[in-house]
Amino acid sequence: MSEFVLEANNLTKRYGNFLAVDHLNLAIREGEVFGLLGPNGAGKTTTILMLLGLTEPTEGQVRVLGFDPARQPLSVKARTGYMPDQVGFYDDLTARENLTYIARLNGIPYREIERRVDAALERVKLTEVAHQRVGTFSRGMRQRLGLADVLIKEPRLIIMDEPTQGLDPELAREFLGLIRGLKEDGITILLSSHLLHQVQAVCDRVGLFNRGRMALQGTVAELARQVLGGAYRIQIQADGPAEKLSDALQRIPQVIQAHHAGANRFEVEARDDLRAEAAEAVVKAGGRLLSLNVEQQSLDEIYARYFEEAKHAAA
Amino acid sequence: MRLLERFTSTSGREGSPWTGLSAVFLKEMADHLTGARMRILEILILVTALGSVYTALNDIVSGGSQEFLYLRLFTTAQEPLPSLVGFLGFLVPLIAIALAFDAVNSEFNRRTLSRILAQPVYRDAFLFGKFLACLATLAVVFSAIWLLVFGIGILRLGVPPTAEETGRALMFLFATIFYAGIWAALALLFSIVFRSPATAALASLAVWLFFTAFWDIVAGLLVPVLGPKQILTIGDMLALGELELALARISPTTLYGEIAVILLQPVVRSLGLVLPIQLDRALLGSPLPLGQSLIMIWPHLTGLVAVTILLFALGYVLFQRQEIRA
Repeated sequence: MSEFVLEANNLTKRYGNFLAVDHLNLAIREGEVFGLLGPNGAGKTTTILMLLGLTEPTEGQVRVLGFDPARQPLSVKARTGYMPDQVGFYDDLTARENLTYIARLNGIPYREIERRVDAALERVKLTEVAHQRVGTFSRGMRQRLGLADVLIKEPRLIIMDEPTQGLDPELAREFLGLIRGLKEDGITILLSSHLLHQVQAVCDRVGLFNRGRMALQGTVAELARQVLGGAYRIQIQADGPAEKLSDALQRIPQVIQAHHAGANRFEVEARDDLRAEAAEAVVKAGGRLLSLNVEQQSLDEIYARYFEEAKHAAA
Repeated sequence: MRLLERFTSTSGREGSPWTGLSAVFLKEMADHLTGARMRILEILILVTALGSVYTALNDIVSGGSQEFLYLRLFTTAQEPLPSLVGFLGFLVPLIAIALAFDAVNSEFNRRTLSRILAQPVYRDAFLFGKFLACLATLAVVFSAIWLLVFGIGILRLGVPPTAEETGRALMFLFATIFYAGIWAALALLFSIVFRSPATAALASLAVWLFFTAFWDIVAGLLVPVLGPKQILTIGDMLALGELELALARISPTTLYGEIAVILLQPVVRSLGLVLPIQLDRALLGSPLPLGQSLIMIWPHLTGLVAVTILLFALGYVLFQRQEIRA
C-alpha cells in the first residue's frame, strides 16, 4: 500500500456535454484532515460520490485505502464513512434503532452492535436521547447523529460533505471540536465546505476547487503565498513623512510590497514575520511608531482573491 | 472496448450481491408490520372478510349443495355484499400498491438513500430486500385471512375441511400472493421512476383502474380490428373467441379471476369456448379433481409469477442506473 490513504488520478465525470469534474488529481495522507473548498456547483459532491464508488467516473482511477471503489465497492464502503450534505434518518425510528440498522448493514456481529452503538452515541453526546424518535431531533442533533452513524463502522477514512452547513456558530464550533477529536484518533478526514474559517480551523491542507478542476492545493500558508504573493501582512501606524517611510519599508529584504494606506497607516506584505525589521526601519526613517500589527492571511481572503482572478482570466 | 471493460468489472465484482439482504428485509418488514398504513389495511380487509364470510355462512347453513362447503365460503355472494373472492380481487391490488408505492422515492426524499448506499451493500440487496419484505407482509396478511376464514368455517359448520378443499384453497392463497406481487412490483417500479410518492401512487392506481375497468372495453374494440374480417366457418368463430380470450387475459385481473373460478368452483371445467364434440361423454356438473383444475390454470399461475418477476427486473435495471445524488 502506498503512503496515501486516498488517491485520484485524472478523475473525470461528464454529464452529457457538461464537464462536472475535469481531470482531478488528489492525494491524501494517512491521518490528515483535508478540506475541499469551492463554490456551489464546482464539482465537490460529484468528486466525493466518485471517491466512494456511488457514481461511476467517466475517466480516471481512484484508490481508496488501496481499493478500487468501482471494483471493490464493499471493501471501500466497509472502511470508509460517508456523511452526505443533508443527512437523513428514518424519523419514526429512535436514534438507537437508526444506528442499529446501519450496524446490521455493515454485517457487524450482534454482540458487538450494542457496544458500538453505545460508544458512538457517547462520543457525539446523544446517549440521553438515544431512545427518542429522530423526528423530534434538532438540526444540530441530527448532524451529530450523522457523525455517530459514520463512526459505527469504525472507519479509517471519513468523507463529509458540508458537515457544518446549517448549523449555528456555536453548534458548528462544537462539531469542529468533534472532528478534531477524530483526527487525534488517527482517522483521515476529507471534508468539503464553503465555510472558510471553519475549514481553516480544522484542516491540515486544503484544495481549492473551481469548475471541476483542483485549482490550488496545499496548506493555508502555501496557498497564501501562491495567491496573495505573501503570507504575512503587517499593518503599521506611524507619524512622519509618508513617502520616506514607505520607501524605507520597501527596502527591507523579503518585503514584497509596502504602501501608504492613508493618514498615518502603512501596509507591508512580506514573506515572513518582519515586525521587528519594520519597526526599526520606521524609527530610522524618522517616524514615530504608534502601533504594529501582523495579520495572518485568512482563507477567506485567499479564496476571494483567487476567484476574482479566475473571473478576470475567464473574461 | 469500454463495454467489455464494464462487463468484466460488473461480472467480477467482489462479494455477494445479497450481503445485507436480511438486514434490509427485517427492517422493512418491521416497518410494514408496525406502520399505521398497515393497521388501516388490516382493519379494512378484516371487516370485509368477516362480512362476506358471515353472509356466505348464512347461505350455506340455510341449505344448498353440501359439497365443497369451505370453498363456498370464499365464493358465495349475497346481495348487497360480493363474495370474498370478489372483495379480494378488488382489495389485493390496493393493499399491494399501498405497501410499495413509496418504497424507493421516500428513501430518496428523506435523504436516507445515499446514507444506506454508502454502507457495504449492493443496490441489489436494498431493492430485493424491500420487495421481499413487501411480498412477505402481503403473504402474512393473506394467510391470516385464509386461516380466519377456515377457522370461522370450522366453528360454524362443524365439519372438517377435506384435503381436496384445503389443497384448492392453498393454491388460491398462493395465487393471491403472486397477484398481489404483480401490483407490488408495479408500485415499486413507479416508486423508482417517479420522485414523488403521490405521483407513483396515482400512476399505479391508474394502471390498476385501466386493467380493472377499461381493459374489457379496449379488448372489445381491438377484437374486430385484429380478428378475422369475415366469419364464414366455425374455425373463424373459434379464432375470434380465442382472440377475445387472449386479449382479455393480458389483464392480471382477468387471470386472477379465472384462477379463482377454476380453483374454488371445481365444477367449472372450461374457460373458453367448448364445442359439443368436446362434451362427448363428459359428466356435466360433476367436479374436476384438483390435478385437472391445476392443469387448466397452470399457464395462468406461471403468467402471474412471470409478470411479477418481469416487473421487478425492470425496476431493478432502472434502479441500478439511477443517479443517487439529490
